[in-house]
Amino acid sequence: MKKLLNDPSDVVDEMVDGIVAAYPNRTRRLDDTKVVVRDDAPVDGKVGVVSGGGSGHEPTHAGFVGEGMLDGAAAGEVFTSPTGDELSEMIQACDGGAGVLCVVKNYEGDVMNFDTAAEMAEIEGVDMVEQVVVNDDVAVEDSTYTSGRRGVQGTIFVHKCAGALAERGAAIEEVTRVAEKVVDNVGSMGMALTSCVTPDKGEPTFDIDDDEIEIGIGIHGEPGVERTEIMEADTIAERLTTEVLDDVQPSGEVAVMVNGMGGTPLSELFVVNRRVQELLEDEGLEMWNTWVGDYMTSLDMEGCSVTVLDLDDELKDLLSAPTDAPGFKTK
Amino acid sequence: MEKTDRQREAVFAAIENVAARLAEAKPYLTELDSAIGDADHGSNMDRGFETVVEKIEEERDSDIDDIIKAVGVALISEVGGAAGPLYGGSIMHASDQLSEGLTPESTVAFGEAYLEKLTDRGGASVGDKTMVDAVTPAVHTYKKSIENDDLPAQEALAKAVDAARRGVEFTVPLRANKGRASYLGWRSVGHKDPGAASTLLILEAILESAEDSLDESDLEQDATSPTIPDEGKEE
Repeated sequence: MKKLLNDPSDVVDEMVDGIVAAYPNRTRRLDDTKVVVRDDAPVDGKVGVVSGGGSGHEPTHAGFVGEGMLDGAAAGEVFTSPTGDELSEMIQACDGGAGVLCVVKNYEGDVMNFDTAAEMAEIEGVDMVEQVVVNDDVAVEDSTYTSGRRGVQGTIFVHKCAGALAERGAAIEEVTRVAEKVVDNVGSMGMALTSCVTPDKGEPTFDIDDDEIEIGIGIHGEPGVERTEIMEADTIAERLTTEVLDDVQPSGEVAVMVNGMGGTPLSELFVVNRRVQELLEDEGLEMWNTWVGDYMTSLDMEGCSVTVLDLDDELKDLLSAPTDAPGFKTK
Repeated sequence: MEKTDRQREAVFAAIENVAARLAEAKPYLTELDSAIGDADHGSNMDRGFETVVEKIEEERDSDIDDIIKAVGVALISEVGGAAGPLYGGSIMHASDQLSEGLTPESTVAFGEAYLEKLTDRGGASVGDKTMVDAVTPAVHTYKKSIENDDLPAQEALAKAVDAARRGVEFTVPLRANKGRASYLGWRSVGHKDPGAASTLLILEAILESAEDSLDESDLEQDATSPTIPDEGKEE
């Protein structure tokens, strides 16, 4: 496999430098870590909202660092949780005295390292560290990496809503409540046409034939629920959307994310989105807003995911609040 | 003061022995982990303790609890995955119990605090095929040996190591309920849990080190007060 890399073991380090170089007025890197924070962090009196996880899901997470969204993002090695000490440094760097909310995707390594980091940060004098665990993947109950449902693209809506409320000066209890509200009302499901290729290994993580696809796949190439012959985009859109709606059970207005896994052209994502919108209309649901693009990827995997968030007035207000995070456009 | 120095030396010797033993055992742990995990436990633990040995050099003159805390922090920063926070976080949390140095009481408290944090963080209990299956019998045996049977710390530690060894064997026929191995379902049956195995290796190394650095007269003089061996079992 051809890759645009130097030494594969330097990929995360070099990537973080590149991110900060791309947004020099908005972000900075914490010394001796792979943590990117808002340039003005900590913001005095504001609740810090931070996240992090393995690399390979760009623009997640550093792409969502900015005013109105994340104060900090920690990048672990590819598909590996950041370590507790780096997460702790991020929490300390983003504490403006009002506490810090950690948005964590449900993978054992991530949850445990964030737990450890919270403890270390509290020892270092951060008064309040809260944690919200996102588990929006409706495909499987347990996966290769976690007990319970995996955390995937719904995490970005959590970042947005919690970040917007924190920017308005809300207390940590409120910011945490809103983050949990998003978690309770969001569902996602993904599929893959091809495997991702990790930089170290340099070859596909799993084998999949040219005429096969996998439904319900995880963002680290975890097995899905079904390996099946290739289907039309409409059939795939129907399968993903139906399963997500069955889980979320929205009743009125919804926000949708049609996310690319990293190797799929936007044209194909729009084709999928077209059918997703028709299905929502058939269900009598009102589309409030849609995001189509690469938000939480799996390196160069071809495929997509569909995320649906059941909305109320508060969430609509927070989703449309301004942010300058480069990876997320408010519409 | 002299006692403190002796304890500190013993703690350093034990940690160095643990690092040496884990380096030797790297292929063995990796083999266990490739059967039911992702094949990195051997190299993770080896790299972790290599860093521990480097980092604690800065703690040559520190109190025992600070030395042990530094061990935990180094493991957290170097091991990653789930093993980093499980080992490192539990050691860090329990290190407070050693603020008065090593005594039979403080080492029992260390073991209990370690087990408490481990089960709390990992959510596993005995029978889930995890390191808890080695730590739980070791801690309980150590506590009983000290508190009920009035055994000297080193003998209590030896009994704890035996208990951990039986705990590791106990994981072989189990079907994993926690951790990555749990996703293998029945395929996890018939293999030792790598985390339980590394726990046992660490305890054995500490016991070995304690036996080397203490002689009979030490034990007699010191039967009721701190000796080296205690410190270790908890790790």
